[in-house]
Amino acid sequence: MATTAAPAGGARSGAGPEWGGFEENIQGGGSAVIDMENMDDTSGSSFEDMGELHQRLREEEVDADAAAAEEEDGEFLGMKGFKGQLSRQVADQMWQAGKRQASRAFSLYANIDILRPYFDVEPAQVRSRLLESMIPIKMVNFPQKIAGELYGPLMLVFTLVAILLHGMKTSDTIIREGTLMGTAIGTCFGYWLGVSSFIYFLAYLCNAQITMLQMLALLGYGLFGHCIVLFVTYNIHLHALFYLFWLLVGGLSTLRMVAVLVSRTVGPTQRLLLCGTLAALHMLFLLYLHFAYHKVVEGILDTLEGPNIPPMQRVPRDVPAALPAARLSATMLNATAKAVVVTLQSH
Amino acid sequence: MAKAAESSGDPGTTPPRPLFAGLSDISISQDIPVEGEITIPMRSHIREFDSSTLNESVQNTIMRDLKAVGKKFMHVLYPRKSNTLLRDWDLWGPLILCVTLALMLQRSSIDSEKDGGPQFAEVFVIVWFGAVTITLNSKLLGGNISFFQSLCVLGYCILPLTVAMLVCRLVLLAEPGPINFMVRFFVVIVMFAWSIVASTAFLADSQPPNRKALAIYPVFLFYFVISWMILTFTPQ
Repeated sequence: MATTAAPAGGARSGAGPEWGGFEENIQGGGSAVIDMENMDDTSGSSFEDMGELHQRLREEEVDADAAAAEEEDGEFLGMKGFKGQLSRQVADQMWQAGKRQASRAFSLYANIDILRPYFDVEPAQVRSRLLESMIPIKMVNFPQKIAGELYGPLMLVFTLVAILLHGMKTSDTIIREGTLMGTAIGTCFGYWLGVSSFIYFLAYLCNAQITMLQMLALLGYGLFGHCIVLFVTYNIHLHALFYLFWLLVGGLSTLRMVAVLVSRTVGPTQRLLLCGTLAALHMLFLLYLHFAYHKVVEGILDTLEGPNIPPMQRVPRDVPAALPAARLSATMLNATAKAVVVTLQSH
Repeated sequence: MAKAAESSGDPGTTPPRPLFAGLSDISISQDIPVEGEITIPMRSHIREFDSSTLNESVQNTIMRDLKAVGKKFMHVLYPRKSNTLLRDWDLWGPLILCVTLALMLQRSSIDSEKDGGPQFAEVFVIVWFGAVTITLNSKLLGGNISFFQSLCVLGYCILPLTVAMLVCRLVLLAEPGPINFMVRFFVVIVMFAWSIVASTAFLADSQPPNRKALAIYPVFLFYFVISWMILTFTPQ
């Protein structure tokens, strides 16, 4: 009998010895000499042959143990020390497959190099773009250039968050910083991303030549005016000052954005729609941040602490002046009407 | 330059030499820089995963880690231009500081049971996500600092603000009033400036030289937000 069993042809407990040769044939590892006698003999070999086979296999198993310790590829070594080797190999294969998949997914999605070109700026460039965002340009006949970067807008949004938080500072009132922080971050990022997407969608409808990145950059730099206004008016609580700044600074940055959009849109109706929407949203956001945002904050505080809050040291408590400008005239009218009624009644 | 040119001079007199005969004579002079510096901040020692650290007692391990953390605290309190924090970075210190700060910023839950939980989570989230954002920003700007090294530095530089929180808590035990507020304000401002100086000393070298201001500005905003949280804290 010239069986030179392969190292993998180990003693498989329970399996029929007549399939030993068949296993060797399949895996092809180790010796290439296949005993035809064993392979064809399905009716059961003689015991002496099988005893010899098992003996040889056990000897080779001891020799091949050291060799198999270094062997790392996924060769099917099922016959030798079957349960241990097999499960280890399978686990190893699964680990490697999982690792490969994970690293592929990671390099695909967590690759921040996608964003790298948008952060390629110098401080001088950022400074000049900040100043330019307040200067409306009159040339609307050919498309104006918009710098597609994300560093400046992102930093401006974070600065706006910081300024909003700074505006909440007070010495005596209990503040739940967590909710205020979440609200501030949510408001600023929601505005930047949401209004950019909405205007981009409108630009798509009105056939304007602007990409999403440019819209994000344009609106981001437009928040510079908001930052200035809020920073000044949170420290100097004068309503007249706020309205002046709202019109001047807010108006300038809005005009700049409007001019850029007009230069990139064709047709009067489309220009009106797009620029009117952007101007309205931008100016109203500044109003909201100054007035109604405080109401949101006070609403949160009201629901938390109940009605007996110590009076806060901020001007927005001053109720008639806290109404948005659009409703001021109505208030004044009502007051006038009331005054007229009172005078009539007194006569 | 290569000296092969000199060895193959004498155009007319020498017999035709085989190809590449002068190659063995080529030597590179010292003028050509063929070496450079890879400016990757590297770890100085790698933990060996042998039995010597596995078999030591738990006390030894903890004391060793605590000593490393304490050493880095000293580096933050006396910031010099060194890269100790960068070389042997670890996140234990930032975790300890963040948990301490978040625990101290909780209010006593006498009036409302819901006050304790979200504040801890908010401080935690703000500190870690703020640090992650700053790290991503500095990497995108072209800095060559690794992710965890930057997290380590930013976390350790919260130490002055944690000290400010402790001082504010002590000051708040006295009677409230404008003097109280002024004292707290002053302490927080000083510690805020200290944090920024410390983190600048460690982080500035890893940025391209003309973009340092762009990388430091978000650090300024981050510590400003934490200082605001500390300053407006009033236990009730």
